[in-house]
Amino acid sequence: MAEGVLSARGLRVEFGLPGGRVARAVDGVDLDVAPGEIVALAGESGCGKTTLARALLGLERPTGGSVSFGGEPLRFSSRALKAYRRRVQLVLQDPTGALNPRHTVYDAVAEGLRIHGIADDEPGRVAEALSRAGLRPPEQFFLAYPHELSGGQRQRVVIAGALVLEPDLLVADEPVASLDASVRGEILSLLLRFKEDAGLGALVITHDLGLAWSIADRIAIMYLGRVVEQGPVEEVLTAPRHPYTRALVSVLPDSPVAEPIVLAGELPDASRIPGGCRFRPRCPAYASGEAAAVRERCEGEDPVLAGPESLRVACHLVHARMVA
Amino acid sequence: MTLLEFEDLRVTYTGSRGRIPAVRGVDLAVDAGEILGIAGESGCGKSTLAMAVLRLLPRSAEVTGRILLDGEDLLTMGWGRLRAVRWTGASIVFQGAMHSLNAVHRVGRQVAEPILVHGEASPAKAAARAEELLERVGLPPSRARSYPHELSGGQRQRVMIAMALACDPDLIIADEATTALDVMVQAQVLELLTGLVAERGVGMVMISHDLSVLSAVCGTAAVMYAGRIVERGPAHEVFAQARHPYSAALGAAFPVIGDPASRGRPGGLAGDPPDPARLPEGCSFRPRCAVAVERCGSESPELVAVQGAERSSACFVAQEGGPVVL
Ligand SMILES: Nc1ncnc2c1ncn2[C@@H]1O[C@H](COP(=O)(O)OP(=O)(O)OP(=O)(O)O)[C@@H](O)[C@H]1O
Ligand SMILES: Nc1ncnc2c1ncn2[C@@H]1O[C@H](COP(=O)(O)OP(=O)(O)O)[C@@H](O)[C@H]1O
Ligand code: SF4
Ligand code: SF4
Ligand SMILES: [Mg+2]
Ligand SMILES: [Mg+2]
Repeated sequence: MAEGVLSARGLRVEFGLPGGRVARAVDGVDLDVAPGEIVALAGESGCGKTTLARALLGLERPTGGSVSFGGEPLRFSSRALKAYRRRVQLVLQDPTGALNPRHTVYDAVAEGLRIHGIADDEPGRVAEALSRAGLRPPEQFFLAYPHELSGGQRQRVVIAGALVLEPDLLVADEPVASLDASVRGEILSLLLRFKEDAGLGALVITHDLGLAWSIADRIAIMYLGRVVEQGPVEEVLTAPRHPYTRALVSVLPDSPVAEPIVLAGELPDASRIPGGCRFRPRCPAYASGEAAAVRERCEGEDPVLAGPESLRVACHLVHARMVA
Repeated sequence: MTLLEFEDLRVTYTGSRGRIPAVRGVDLAVDAGEILGIAGESGCGKSTLAMAVLRLLPRSAEVTGRILLDGEDLLTMGWGRLRAVRWTGASIVFQGAMHSLNAVHRVGRQVAEPILVHGEASPAKAAARAEELLERVGLPPSRARSYPHELSGGQRQRVMIAMALACDPDLIIADEATTALDVMVQAQVLELLTGLVAERGVGMVMISHDLSVLSAVCGTAAVMYAGRIVERGPAHEVFAQARHPYSAALGAAFPVIGDPASRGRPGGLAGDPPDPARLPEGCSFRPRCAVAVERCGSESPELVAVQGAERSSACFVAQEGGPVVL
């Protein structure tokens, strides 16, 4: 495995629920993120994105499959995890919750250095991270408290806290979801610049496909714990193949898919994943008869991601068409 | 037919920071059966405008101008009349409203409550009507027996919409009603709202910071900045060919998928909106404007017609036919 690539193979995370049921939040995910590339992970609320991110960081113990970094499987001793998290950093959903209201910006950013026992030139490192995150001049922000900052500035502090350890890879969970139109552009430009100038890799989790179009190289579409389509952003978003991806893209304003396909109902519960293809109860292709030729397989067999690197799709109908 | 009309509406808060002019002279109209979109960054006065309609602003807010609902001024009407209007005349679905359901009551009861209070129905009739409303917003009627924590965010937002519909209002104000929802649920809720407008001829004011969403569902869009409307026109035109630098920047923040120009170039606008307590002299957008000219520093542009009567812009450059993006 190439240097610095973060990989998941057959990754599963299950949660036991009261009454003996099991929520399969992440249910067999394959995913790679290489240095110098931005991968977007998109899907509906509750489909397992945050759980997957946490598992990639070793914050959630997989119940199956594996996570590896640079070809080395993730080890769960606290020492191994500590070393790992210096190289792969998590940026959390909701910047307000991620910052302690009683800590100054300086302390928030320096925290990582202290955890990792990096004592030399702390002020210099903090200043450098703040200015890389666009908070300049950094000294002006040292003594500010989170409530004195705008939402965008708070998110920059969170990003500075991740950058201060000079990681190889960022995993950012909804980095702009709570931010305004204008600030959103700034934060996304920042991520893009890290990639271009420093060769940083990033997995950006979002339910916003416009974000993926703005900054990502590749995109993975997740549905109910599994990646159902994966490929270069240009291809997946302009010519979506999986019926779920088609529906997601179709409801965007000015969509490349002509007719909006508004799916009925909501994402099923992770403890009640339907048998056969997990998307079948909401699949427009199955319901309309478009998938009649593969109907039995839709009902009996959960499709796996297959196809060449540029169009990996988990759908019997798409597979049948690829063969034809 | 004009349903709602703002005439020179001004709202000024007084607080520890002094006088805060949050809305500074807004003129807008909404017809029955029409959706008016209002866009703008946070803090530009959108929610203040929405709350003014139902007189939900705090006492510290000084309100002047007129807000006419079916010709009747909401700002001067008596409290008794206002109470009736609050459900049957106009209702609001708030930003983050899904968090404001009462945790200890079943949602059916919460939807039935305004019907009981304002509709003079028996409890059994109100309960039946609540189930009907839940069904109308795409929830199984059995959901009436659920508590809020048993519902997802999208389901809770639908419950809030069912409540807003309970007394058959003529006007619905949706303040960032779909912002926190993901694409598919947002599409479901928008389809529901636009369906109501088309079928029942209600009027709607839809507030959002996402101009691309407004362009898809609204007839007319108004862009608000620092308490004023800076551009107004057919929604898709305001989004696709902005005639104000601020609308252009707002629109660019949400790229059109498939458009190569926005690939790898996240749009944005540096800086923050001005503090309403300390507005800059001249055009309030000048500190962030890339196309400003000399007079922008001293004169404040009015909202005037550009390119025919339908479009108006409060920008000197646009008014002279110049380009609003570099
Ligand atoms: N600790 C837990 N115990 C039980 N179920 C859980 C737990 N954490 C997550 N889940 C369930 O796992 C599924 C995935 O949740 P997750 O938070 O990963 O979703 P998400 O895709 O990040 O959603 P959002 O877009 O709303 O952030 C959901 O069904 C959720 O209810
Ligand atoms: N109760 C209040 N007291 C004082 N200032 C307020 C109050 N509510 C809002 N404001 C101020 O009024 C301006 C407009 O706010 P708001 O209407 O909430 O904007 P938006 O909905 O567009 O985000 C902001 O500067 C905000 O800080
Ligand atoms: S496998 Fe069948 S049910 Fe599943 S997405 Fe494809 S067509 Fe639809
Ligand atoms: S009036 Fe001047 S400063 Fe204001 S938006 Fe137009 S060009 Fe920019
Ligand atoms: Mg999440
Ligand atoms: Mg608001």
